[in-house]
Amino acid sequence: MALAFDEYGRPFIILREQEQKTRAKGLEAQKANIMAAKSVARILRTSLGPKGMDKMLQSGDGDVTISNDGATILEQMEVENQIGKLMVELSRSQDYEIGDGTTGVVVTAGALLEQAEILLERGIHPIRVAEGYEQAARIAVDHLSKISHSFEFSSTNIQPLVQTCMTTLSSKIVNRCKALLAEIAVKAVLAVADLERKDVNLDLIKVEGKVGGKLEDTELVYGIVVDKDMSHPQMPKRIEDAKIAILTCPFEPPKPKTKHKIDIDSTEKFEALREAEKKYFDEMVQKCKDVGATLVICQWGFDDEANHLLMHRGLPAVRWVGGVELELIAIATGGRIVPRFQELTPEKLGRAGIVREKSFGTTKDRMLYIEQCANSRAVTIFIRGASKMMVEETKRSIHDALCVARNLIRDNSIVYGGGSAEIACSIAVEAAADRIPGVEQYAVRAFADALDGVPMALAENSGLQPIDTLTAVKAQQIKEKNPHLGIDCNDVKTNDMKEQNVFETLIGKKQQILLATQVVKMILKIDDVITPSQYI
Amino acid sequence: MADKLFKDDAVEEKGERARMASFIGALAIVDLLKTTLGPKGMDKILQSTSRGHSVSVTNDGATILKSLHIDNPAAKVLVDISKVQDDEVGDGTTSVVVLCGELLREAEKLVNLKIHPMTIIDGYRMAVECARSVLEKRTRDNRADPEKFRQDLINIAMTTLSSKILSQEKEHFANLAVNAVMRLKGSGNLEAIQIIKKAGGSLQDSFLDEGFILDKKIGVGQPKSIQNAKILVANTAMDTDKVKIYGARVRVDAMSKIAEIEAAEKDKMKQKVQKILAHGINCFVNRQLIYNFPEELFADAGIMAIEHADFEGIERLALVTGGEITSTFDNPESVKLGHCDLIEEIMIGEDRLIRFSGVEMGEACTIVLRGASTHVLDEAERSLHDALCVLCQTVQDSRVVWGGGWPELLMAKHVDELARKTPGKKSLAVESFAAALRAIPAIIADNAGLDSADLVSRLRAEHSKEDCMSGIDVLTGGVGDMEQLGIYEAFKVKQAVILSATEAAEMILRVDEIIKCAPRKREERM
Repeated sequence: MALAFDEYGRPFIILREQEQKTRAKGLEAQKANIMAAKSVARILRTSLGPKGMDKMLQSGDGDVTISNDGATILEQMEVENQIGKLMVELSRSQDYEIGDGTTGVVVTAGALLEQAEILLERGIHPIRVAEGYEQAARIAVDHLSKISHSFEFSSTNIQPLVQTCMTTLSSKIVNRCKALLAEIAVKAVLAVADLERKDVNLDLIKVEGKVGGKLEDTELVYGIVVDKDMSHPQMPKRIEDAKIAILTCPFEPPKPKTKHKIDIDSTEKFEALREAEKKYFDEMVQKCKDVGATLVICQWGFDDEANHLLMHRGLPAVRWVGGVELELIAIATGGRIVPRFQELTPEKLGRAGIVREKSFGTTKDRMLYIEQCANSRAVTIFIRGASKMMVEETKRSIHDALCVARNLIRDNSIVYGGGSAEIACSIAVEAAADRIPGVEQYAVRAFADALDGVPMALAENSGLQPIDTLTAVKAQQIKEKNPHLGIDCNDVKTNDMKEQNVFETLIGKKQQILLATQVVKMILKIDDVITPSQYI
Repeated sequence: MADKLFKDDAVEEKGERARMASFIGALAIVDLLKTTLGPKGMDKILQSTSRGHSVSVTNDGATILKSLHIDNPAAKVLVDISKVQDDEVGDGTTSVVVLCGELLREAEKLVNLKIHPMTIIDGYRMAVECARSVLEKRTRDNRADPEKFRQDLINIAMTTLSSKILSQEKEHFANLAVNAVMRLKGSGNLEAIQIIKKAGGSLQDSFLDEGFILDKKIGVGQPKSIQNAKILVANTAMDTDKVKIYGARVRVDAMSKIAEIEAAEKDKMKQKVQKILAHGINCFVNRQLIYNFPEELFADAGIMAIEHADFEGIERLALVTGGEITSTFDNPESVKLGHCDLIEEIMIGEDRLIRFSGVEMGEACTIVLRGASTHVLDEAERSLHDALCVLCQTVQDSRVVWGGGWPELLMAKHVDELARKTPGKKSLAVESFAAALRAIPAIIADNAGLDSADLVSRLRAEHSKEDCMSGIDVLTGGVGDMEQLGIYEAFKVKQAVILSATEAAEMILRVDEIIKCAPRKREERM
């Protein structure tokens, strides 16, 4: 690290303990950063597209995850490098905002940085590159809106939505039954969607998985599935027309929050307390019975005696139900969560047509199905699979599909997939570049080249000649003025994505380009990296 | 690379190397397990690293894999599918791993021929669909005829048991298992079948008891046998019945007061006992302890009181006798009591146990296993558990297929035909699938010390005929008719084996990069 000297020739300390820190400056810093970001992108590159491969990740504790989802891979990778972390953040924000295209965004950012590196070597100032990218991104996004289509569907005609979800699922391991899963995802989203307001609350869709069975057994339950069983083995396993009391108070003697002591100093008091305790249990159960509940769902545990009393009075009960599940049950059944027995009233009970217990496999796994609820706006997707990793990966894939369906309901514009949108944008940006004066022209042109990165990776992963295929498609797009031409990954012998029914959401694509550009700009602007040489 | 991306100890393996690591890991597991496959498969000794170095001897794939500490991620996938197979259908845990391994072994050859893993996966998917549908067509369902169905079940149980330590007594145990499962009347609730292990005697002495046996003792001074028993099954505190109201405590200022309160406590217990007696029972079983004082009270009333029956015991007892598990005793008239004809103390080996016979609900039963050592007993229990699981599954889905390599060769034949019809590189993968299927009977034959190449090719020739029933007859070392030999397997198990194995192979094949994060550092102990 460069040392500064004062006028007497003594070394001048700028940074505390500077000899223990490494520092990269200027072009060197930028190159190192680009390198790091590129190597993250390179890891994800092979996961892109329907023929993309998976990554196997072993966590620090030895657990294995197998995934194709960009956000998951990056999250589990425990990236150490700071710039690498930025890329992880990038993928994560795409995941939060859009839910899909998490791999694509990283690959785009990687390609942009690769192009930027060439420009930097030519001596173009990073800020100018960043500005050029900014301009180009605007052009690309505008062009995307131009080539987008609005997309017609209704709650009766769900086929188009299913098609889009299938595009998302086709790159995952679950593509064996993508039609089934896509349909489940779309139905689930439509069940909870508010088509008037064009909004979907994905929290109302519970994705529950259980290892065992096969993927084809995955089902959509119009209701809630809870991984719990009845508190007493002899309670009925099936309740019809259930009136459900949803409680957040335990079936136990009260525990006042203030510290207190009850002193027993005489036999009478002992007797009195005994009576009070008995009465208390009795009242709790009676209260539930009085309001007409036929099922009690409780967040807390039961005392043995309370448990028996419930059983004895023919009141089935479920204990230790988690807070989130409790809320979902309340939403689904239209009940209210009751924090105190005194506040229990008949109006606060939830209603469900059928509550049943279902057992699985040879071990004593049981789950509780609450179906035909008063308000069917909460649904559960129940996933089965041959192994834990499979179930987890299916959960992630379903999440992606759900997000896509939601985005379509919010905004029904679509662009075509298979790299066609990127190629079309690339052509448009390239054309616009020629009209831009100044150094930015180079940057804009570089942006156009970078956009080709995604279709290039797609072609490569599908086992096609990347350069041949890409140039052929590009030439064809310009010749036929058809922005729907893309890479034929599945060997269907047509590269018109409209015919292949491969589409993506407009917002997803837009977001991809904007987010990638933003991160790249941020990385380009860094010209000094100071790191302590080792963590203590 | 100028800057490292990951933490210090993280390992990243890419492309070919990653694939190779997966193949090697998976194949290592398979080679470990494959000698246990089939009726002449060998066992493994497992010694735990924990204190005591306890040893178990087993033939069960899931048990072996569960006890291994594996670092290879691909191998972990295999362990996982074997575990799921165990939870889901209970048997075929070795087969699923071996088949998956063979699929990967074949895939490795194809990858070396520069065929893309995705093409292999496509081929495997086509093949597995074909194999499954062929097998489904050739199943047999004897549900309509109870006599034949029972014979089917016995055959299945015998096939399952023949590879285990119980093979010498397989007829005896097959009968035991079938009887036990038939009692469940299709409910599939294996909890109702209790297995008690008592060292001593020989495996042949194991028996099925119609009633229920509780490994507990009867309180002192109480009747040792009760006819026409009325049983109250309870889960309540019979030691000191604490006041549960929070914060209550005893604070007194004189010794006499303590005595008073003690008396009150005693009185409370006495009342509780009175209430219990008011149910008109002559046997009381509690999950929790019964202290001396209430025990004495019960003895005075001539009631048998059994303490500390654990949770499962109580639940089963409630199930068997039809009584409900009670915790409060205020409404004697509406509590359902359990009934049985006779409760008595019996001796098995040197231990005294309590038997409830002539119970109301015929569903539950107890199997008492006897054997020379705890290792034998443990393994016997695992084997019996496998058999029970398979039978349970068969009762639910009564389709059966034949064993001894018959299904594999049948499927291989049809998959081969499919390969001939399939254009493109996929057909190679389909062919490999058939080869992997044929590897299973070859391993069975190898384990039995037979000439596998000769046997499998003979079988293959046999199978070219329509409706062939041939499989490996391990005992004579030749080709035999599986129907006559009575080697049956449950369709559901076979189907699960094929589907899960392919799914797992697919999952491993799709991987092109392995990233191992830095292992979590253990905290330094002071």
